[in-house]
Amino acid sequence: MNAAARTASTAAGATVRSSLAGHGHSSVTAKLFLGYLLFSTVVGLAALVTLLVTILQDGLPYLDSVLLFNAPSANPERAGARPAIVASIMIAAVLMATALPVAIGTAVYLEEFAQRDRWWIRLVELNIQNLAAVPSIIFGILGLAFVVRGLNLGPVLLTGALILGLQMLPTIIIATREALRAVPDSVRQGGMALGATRWQVVWREVIPAAIPGVATGSILGLSRAIGETAPLLMVGAATFVSFNPGLLTQYTVLPILIYQWIKLPQEAFQGLAAAAIIVLLVILVSMNGFAIWLRNRYERRW
Amino acid sequence: MIITCLAVAALISILATVGIVVALVAPSLEFFTEISPREFFTTTTWTPLFTPSAFGVLPLIVGTLSTTLWACVICLPLGLGTAIYLSEYARPRVRAAVKPTLEVLAGIPTVVLGYFALTFLTPLLRSLGWQVEIFNAFSAGIIIGILLLPTVASLSEDAMKAVPSSLREGSFGLGANRFQVATRVVVPAAVSGIAASFVLAISRAIGETTIVLIAAGQLPRMSLHPGDSVQTMTAFIAGTGAGDVPVGSIEYKTIFAVGITLFVITLVLNVFAIRMVRRFREVYE
Repeated sequence: MNAAARTASTAAGATVRSSLAGHGHSSVTAKLFLGYLLFSTVVGLAALVTLLVTILQDGLPYLDSVLLFNAPSANPERAGARPAIVASIMIAAVLMATALPVAIGTAVYLEEFAQRDRWWIRLVELNIQNLAAVPSIIFGILGLAFVVRGLNLGPVLLTGALILGLQMLPTIIIATREALRAVPDSVRQGGMALGATRWQVVWREVIPAAIPGVATGSILGLSRAIGETAPLLMVGAATFVSFNPGLLTQYTVLPILIYQWIKLPQEAFQGLAAAAIIVLLVILVSMNGFAIWLRNRYERRW
Repeated sequence: MIITCLAVAALISILATVGIVVALVAPSLEFFTEISPREFFTTTTWTPLFTPSAFGVLPLIVGTLSTTLWACVICLPLGLGTAIYLSEYARPRVRAAVKPTLEVLAGIPTVVLGYFALTFLTPLLRSLGWQVEIFNAFSAGIIIGILLLPTVASLSEDAMKAVPSSLREGSFGLGANRFQVATRVVVPAAVSGIAASFVLAISRAIGETTIVLIAAGQLPRMSLHPGDSVQTMTAFIAGTGAGDVPVGSIEYKTIFAVGITLFVITLVLNVFAIRMVRRFREVYE
C-alpha cells in the first residue's frame, strides 16, 4: 500500500475509534456538511439558469431578421451581425481544414507509433499538457508578433483562424488520444496477426473505431474556438466590418461584435449584444448537440 | 512516409510553444534595456501610455490578485463541495444529470459571462446597497469563479474516483459513516489531485481576459478593495493590443513585458499542477 492510502486508512481507523469512544462528529455536523455539498452543487446550476434567463429576457426583444441579415451600424435600429456570423462560420471551416488534421495526426502519432520512453516524446507530451493551460491572451500576443512582424499578413481572417487553431490543438489532441486509447488492443493484435502492417491496422481498424470520440472532441474544441474573444482582439478583429469577409480580408467575429456592442453607451446596443449572444449560444448548442448525437449514434462498447 | 507526416504534425505543437517564447522574449529584452527590471517590478505607478510615463507593473499584479482572489473564494470551496457530492453522495442518476449540466457552464463563451457580470451582477450588488463602481474587481472575480467551478469540480471528482473503493469499504466496515469516509478517507487520499485542480483553477483565473476586460475596468491602481475598478495584466495586454500602438515603440514593447510576466507565472503554476496530477495517477494505477 502506498503512503497516501496508508495515511488515509490510519486516519479512518482513528476516526472510527474516536467516534466509537463518543468524541466523533455528531450527525448534526454530518447533516450540515451534506447541506453545504448540496449548496455548492446548486450554486453552479442556479448561476447557469439565471444567466440563461437574463440573456433571454434582455435579448429576445432584439432578436429579429435585422440582427441576422444586416451589417453592423452606428444606428441600433439597423445594426445587424451578418458579417460576424459569416466570419465565425468561416473560421470554423478553416479550423476544420487546418488545425483538425494536425491535431488528429499528432494524436495518432503519439498514441499508435511513438516510442513513449524517448525523451523527445515525453517533451512533446509535457508541452501539449502545458499548452492546454496557456492563457488565451498569450496566443493573442503570438498572433500580434506574427501579424505585425513575421508573416506580414495583416489583420485578416486567415491569421485569426490560424491563431485559434494553435490554441485549440491541445484540446483536440487530448480528446483524440482518449478515443484512440479506448479502442482495445485486441483489435490491433487481430489485424497484425492477419498480416496487416501497423499502418494498415491504424488506418482501417483503429481510426474508424475511434471516429465518434474524435468527432466529439473536435466539435467541443471547435465550439470553444468559436466562442473565443481575447486572442482575436490582439490580431485586429476589432474593426468595423460591414461586408461579408473573405479569407484575406478584414473581419469581425460574433464574440468580438458582442464585446464591442457591450461597450457602447446606448441601451439598445446592450439588447443587441444579448440578442447576438443568443445567436452565438444557438450555434454552440447545435454544434454540441450534434456531437452528443454522434456519440450516442456511433459509440461502440467493447 | 505517412508516419513522418504524423511526426511533423506532432512537432507543430512544439513550434507553437517555441513561437510563443520567441514572440515574448525578443521584445521583452528590448523593453528591459530601456526600463530597468527594478523599476518594472518594484515601483507602483503604471502609466505606460501617458506622459509622464511610468512603468511599475505592481498595480496590474495587484489588480490580477484582486480578481483572482474573488474567483478562488467561489470556485475552490464550491467546486470541491460539488466534487465531494458527485463522487461520494449523489445517486448515479443525479450525477448523470448534474455533471453535463455543469459542463455547459464551463463551455459558455467568456464574453457572455462578462456581459452577465456587467449587466446583471454589478446592478444587483448596487441595488442591494453596496456602492461598487460600475466596473469592479468583485463582479468580475465572482463570475470567473462561476466559470471555473465546473473545472475544479470535474478534476477533483476525477481524483476522488481514482481512490480505490476498497478504502471506502474498509472504513465503512469499521463503522465510519458517509461523512467520515468522505472527509477523513477519500479527500485525504485524493489530496494531490484536488490540489492540482486548485492550482490549475488559479492559473486559469490569472489568465482570464474577456471577463475582466468587460467587467473589471481599465484603471491600474494598487487596490484590493473589491468594489474598486482595477486593471489586470490580461486586461492591459488585450486593451493595449487591440488599440493602435505604433510597432517598435516602448508602449508596444510593454505588451510583451507584461505578457512574459503573465506567461511565467502561469507556466510555473501549470507545471506544478501537471506534476501533482501525475503523482496521484502513479499512486493508484
